[in-house]
Amino acid sequence: MSEDRGGPFASMNPARGERKAIISGVGQSQTGRRLYREPLDLTVEAALAAIEDAGLTTAEIDGIATYPGNQDTPPGFSGVGVVEVQDALRLNLNWYAGGLESPGQLGSVITAIAAVATGLCNHVLCFRTVWEASAQGDKNRAAVTMGGGFGGTYRASGFMQWTLPFAAPSAAIWIAMMAARHFHEFGTTREQLAQIALNARRNAQRNPKAIYRDPMTLDDYLNVRMISTPLCLYDCDVPADGSTAVIVSRAEHAEAVDHPVAAVEAVGCAIHGRPSWDQWDDLTTMAMRDAAAMLWNRTDLRPSDVDVAELYDGFSFITLCWLEALGFCGHGEGGPFIEGGTRIALDGEIPLNTHGGQLSAGRLHGYGFLHEACEQLWGRAGERQVVRRGGDPEVAVVGAGGGPLAGALLLTRRR
Amino acid sequence: MTGTDAKPSDHSAMSRADDTSSGIRADSDAKPFRVLPRVTPENEHFWRGGREGRLTFLRCGDCGYWLHPPSPVCPKCWSRNVVPDAVSGRAVVHTFTVNYQPWIPTFDPPYVVAIVELPEQEGLRLTTNIVGCDPEEVVIGMPVRVRFEHYDDNGYEVWLPLFEPDRTTDSGATGHGSQLR
Ligand SMILES: [Zn+2]
Repeated sequence: MSEDRGGPFASMNPARGERKAIISGVGQSQTGRRLYREPLDLTVEAALAAIEDAGLTTAEIDGIATYPGNQDTPPGFSGVGVVEVQDALRLNLNWYAGGLESPGQLGSVITAIAAVATGLCNHVLCFRTVWEASAQGDKNRAAVTMGGGFGGTYRASGFMQWTLPFAAPSAAIWIAMMAARHFHEFGTTREQLAQIALNARRNAQRNPKAIYRDPMTLDDYLNVRMISTPLCLYDCDVPADGSTAVIVSRAEHAEAVDHPVAAVEAVGCAIHGRPSWDQWDDLTTMAMRDAAAMLWNRTDLRPSDVDVAELYDGFSFITLCWLEALGFCGHGEGGPFIEGGTRIALDGEIPLNTHGGQLSAGRLHGYGFLHEACEQLWGRAGERQVVRRGGDPEVAVVGAGGGPLAGALLLTRRR
Repeated sequence: MTGTDAKPSDHSAMSRADDTSSGIRADSDAKPFRVLPRVTPENEHFWRGGREGRLTFLRCGDCGYWLHPPSPVCPKCWSRNVVPDAVSGRAVVHTFTVNYQPWIPTFDPPYVVAIVELPEQEGLRLTTNIVGCDPEEVVIGMPVRVRFEHYDDNGYEVWLPLFEPDRTTDSGATGHGSQLR
């Protein structure tokens, strides 16, 4: 492996268009459990905050990108799309996109970066809104994979036909089977995996917006009820309400912002295996294997340059896979790497999920990690601010998605 | 759907306690409620092959490659000559989970969800349940064999391929041949 920089990406266009884009501002609504606020209300709150943070007005926003677009089901999973936000803010758009079929939740941001880089628009409002906690507060509705739930004549189709008849409706089960295979092949243990949850909880204690802030011990983790072996309750993130928005702008806009911006150094959005939860070639990896490889192929920075890592934890095992895929440790070495938790702590080698992740801060579904990466790069993370070389972090990696969904961003602080 | 992670607290949504009229009942003794697949011309060989006790996949008539899920073209030689064919019904547990979360009312945990791999071709896998043993007995690498569970919802019939421990693995003589037809 003397030269693995090309590999499957050797034939790619050498252009690095993503460097024409920056993240110029971020915003987040009130977040929490069962806020019982309208998803559009949450979204507008986040969007206006992000637009202001970027030093812009609504008149200057000419693009929207969102995941997963407006869809009624599963309840709480969306409920607001491009159309509602454009109309509420009376935006004049030159470009927009919303949808589910993208490289994970951050696929929407990557698409926005591409749109800005190709000159289709100047400033894109990207957002992700969830209200799953409120939806589940209503006993008749909840966020389930089959959307419409079970009617008497409900029949499973598409991918779900291969899992629902076997009482496997949840990604908890699909991810659990991947974790079990990883445990089997590499000797990974629950005590090791626990560190993802324990680290998240430690960091959440320093985040006033986090949902769960009470201390958690290894004993707490090991004794809580099992969901699907080897995943227990604390390996699963917590449904939340909230909206997160980021503004993707032309790089030239950096000078007009009154705080540092996040330059897009590289993106990763590849998937080279079969797009399936059970047909994927190596079930000890996920699509982030390819997204991460693509990301590193597009930059001279290396994993050792990263100051902070914000990596999706819909389930704790997904984060472990992101750490391996991004090369913070080798494939299969994730367990020993996180053992004891010191490497991933705020003052460790690679501070991880510094806001508490979705496990403790709440399931803002991918965008929460990007928001936190910017807050860290911009020195605005308060009590949980990571300090590197005596200053604020300079390089952050963000990865979102699990199973066959993965999108990653490598960001650097500019100014 | 693939963009979602259903959460443990989600199961309240799946309540169908008020749904007693669907007629989805096992044809014999006490089988749990299951969501049935939407049978189409493309997948009927798989979901109804159990009528003859055959676990059936599409297979390339030119190069012999097995396809799953069904697809109209062989991804190895691009032949459109893909036709249903039966496998032996033997498999090995590739990975599994013992699920304790009550996702589906009347389908009581713990139960085992597994991905099994078939000996006919590397990577030929399906998601299923391991039945016929205690969940604690299941291990990765365990030999299993198909056992169909028949569901009849007012004439809408499906044979779900479940797997049970294969206690005759050294016999070699199980199930049906897998020759091309
Ligand atoms: Zn073929």
